[in-house]
Amino acid sequence: MDLVVNGAEQSLDLDPRTTLLDALREHLGLTGAKKGCDHGQCGACTVLLDGRRVNSCLILAITLSGSEVTTIEGVDHPVQQKFLEHDGFQCGYCTPGQICSAVGMLDEFSQGWPSAVTGSGPPDLSDPEIRERMSGNLCRCGAYPNMVPAIREAAER
Amino acid sequence: MTTTTERAVGQPIERIEGPDKVRGAARYAAEYQVGDDLAYAWVAQSPVASGTLNGVTVDPLVEADDVLAVLWHGNAPRLAEADDPELAVLQSERISYRGQALALVVARTFEAARRAAATLQLDIAEDPHDTVLRTDHPELYAPEKVNPAFPAATSSGDVDAAFEAAPVTVDVTYSTPALHNSPMEPHATTALWAGDDLVLYDSNQHPPGIAATVGALFDLPPERVHVITEHVGGGFGSKGTARPNAVLAAMAAKVTGRPVRLALPRQALFSMVGHRTPTIQRVRLAAAEDGRLTAIDHEVVEHSSRLFEFAEQTAVATRHMYAAPNRRTGHQLVRLDMPTPRWMRAPGEAPGMVALECAMDELAVALSLDPIELRVRNEPSVEPESGVPFSSRHYVECLRRGADRFGWHDRDPRPRQRREGDWWIGTGVAGATYPTMAQPSTARVRRLAADSYEVSIAAADLGTGARTILTQIAADALEVPVSQVRMRIGDSTLPKASVAGGSSGSASWGWAVTGACRALRSSSSSSSSSSSDEATFDSSELIEKQEKDGKHAFGAHFAEVRVDAVTGEVRVSRLFGMFAAGKILNPRTARSQFLGGMIMGMGMALHEESVLDPAMGTWVNHDLAEYHIPAHADIESIEAEWLDEQDDQLNPMGSKGIGEIGIVGSPAAILNAIWHATGVRIRDLPARLDKILPHI
Ligand code: FES
Ligand code: FES
Repeated sequence: MDLVVNGAEQSLDLDPRTTLLDALREHLGLTGAKKGCDHGQCGACTVLLDGRRVNSCLILAITLSGSEVTTIEGVDHPVQQKFLEHDGFQCGYCTPGQICSAVGMLDEFSQGWPSAVTGSGPPDLSDPEIRERMSGNLCRCGAYPNMVPAIREAAER
Repeated sequence: MTTTTERAVGQPIERIEGPDKVRGAARYAAEYQVGDDLAYAWVAQSPVASGTLNGVTVDPLVEADDVLAVLWHGNAPRLAEADDPELAVLQSERISYRGQALALVVARTFEAARRAAATLQLDIAEDPHDTVLRTDHPELYAPEKVNPAFPAATSSGDVDAAFEAAPVTVDVTYSTPALHNSPMEPHATTALWAGDDLVLYDSNQHPPGIAATVGALFDLPPERVHVITEHVGGGFGSKGTARPNAVLAAMAAKVTGRPVRLALPRQALFSMVGHRTPTIQRVRLAAAEDGRLTAIDHEVVEHSSRLFEFAEQTAVATRHMYAAPNRRTGHQLVRLDMPTPRWMRAPGEAPGMVALECAMDELAVALSLDPIELRVRNEPSVEPESGVPFSSRHYVECLRRGADRFGWHDRDPRPRQRREGDWWIGTGVAGATYPTMAQPSTARVRRLAADSYEVSIAAADLGTGARTILTQIAADALEVPVSQVRMRIGDSTLPKASVAGGSSGSASWGWAVTGACRALRSSSSSSSSSSSDEATFDSSELIEKQEKDGKHAFGAHFAEVRVDAVTGEVRVSRLFGMFAAGKILNPRTARSQFLGGMIMGMGMALHEESVLDPAMGTWVNHDLAEYHIPAHADIESIEAEWLDEQDDQLNPMGSKGIGEIGIVGSPAAILNAIWHATGVRIRDLPARLDKILPHI
């Protein structure tokens, strides 16, 4: 099957049971996306699939022929610098997923997508909005209070 | 040679490995490319809590092309005697807990290993099991010691007489559930044999410890085992010693002659790597009318496993928090058909201070006294049980300064007074403490060029910021800018470091690093010809000589909660911690550690609970969808601050550990705030809405 990963075409011969996450980590050597649960419960494996954030552990790679995948290795976004400035991580294991998720989330936001905490009228990127929209990405180190201002400032840039 | 530089210690330097972490370039144990013949292992775990494994049947048609080996006790290589019986994997037919590793499948692909493991037929004779902790358990006994080496029971004065005589008493029982560390990176090992030497890329908190432990099982001296632990995705105690994954991976690599990767699935972390014991704690406090405590009694019931005795030191913090002439603490254990409990962030202090600090709040209510004032009135002048003076203790200052910063003073002490819309609102306070420890370590420094130094120590950075603060410490000791120091850690072949645990990492390793750097500097500044480009320092002797008692960090937590009158949902609107923890080495990473601990404390108060099914003999909510940890949306206003505390009796940096104190006391502050908001006293953690709702 063929996949475009971080702009490069990849030809892969995969077991049909191989998830996108395992294809990236075990077959393409792209270990930036992390495996925290393999069950869609933690967000550590978040990548961008055709521009949208997804849990790559929940998708079988063979279903994606012709798709474009962006992993943390292919992300170049102000949120990364802001994570450094705000100490938006400790162990760093959830971090690639948090960053990919933030990039995808900001795009969703800019398209006007509402969230569970959005009132009537156009959403504004308040801290509660960021927290709500990022809640699929767990962080056991508890770096949440540092990630939120990092994401907010990255969005303001 | 060197010019005076601004001190690096105390500066909010960004994490050295930060750029790698935000680009996905930081490598963890399961991420090393170690050859084309890498094989994958998957563990078949016991479906029963007690019994005998009589045989394993492999279906020869399942994944036949890819399966390389199926190991179980009938065919697995023999290991040497293990100090930790849970590491004697695949050595015996005995099943001691549900989730125990019974077989290991090694295959060419991850998918094949997982499928083949799922189709193994395990021939098991099941025995009855007992997994329920209760205060009337007939097999309760008092251990001699609790971790690491405290007497299990202490007593002074006449506690019972003091209770008889006291005008005000509190007698309450608090229970805390089993908890799971749940680091985001599941335990993982990539193992390979290079001749007779073993190489382990392993996720752990103590590379030299893993080398020694795993080496001993394979009859290898530690220097023949090379443990590489560049980055660790959190541990919180669960990676402090070798876990079965390291042994199984090494065994599989030996049998197959290939490198083998074993990354435990998330579910396995709920049985194979440890948990915090559930506790049932009775706290009795007796006080005079003026609030002075006349007696403190703290009795704890907790569990261990059939395999060995792990006795958590739950009541130990009670021995030094408050003054009282009559005092007693005790621990009782029952050995259940369970995995062995292990260390989880602030083992002992975290659950123990829930009971003590909530009981203090209950006493303040009984006395009609402000809970801060009650604590101030019971401030001891020396460590109450040992009689040793505190090296520094600024608990009262934390309470007072914290109260100012939080805005405590206009608080109406009565519960159930503030209502905004559907929300009941309340505030609570609780104290925090954590011992200050240092353990022997060795560091080496080399001058590579006039402006370049390499400092080495086999420490592990689990996200604590160790790599960064050690660089700062080294730079100051060498009197050079941090840019001239390259810090090497995370490798067992480097000079021996103590475990990243007990909040002792920076003190222990920083001590060794300081010693080595100072030795290098003094040898190069001396006029003799012995000037050298390398120095090594072992802190063992100095630490041996040190007074161990009377050294603790302190803090105070303040919480504001709102409780939904319709649903019982609790939200923590504000959480504020004020700490006195010696010299803060890096305010940026320190604040993150404090906050991270406080957030885990919030989880302990409100979310986290491993739910036991006594029939199955296991915790049923064994994944991240059902074992709830705080998420982004749970956090509102949260802040940590600290006092500028000087203490020259600790270590060359004057630092106390900060990795754990954040989780100590924060759950109690939240529970006390729930009472203040609603009048409902939650004594059985976590404070789920179904426990609150019937009472509001
Ligand atoms: S690894 Fe995919 S959501 Fe956890
Ligand atoms: S930084 Fe460790 S889990 Fe988020």
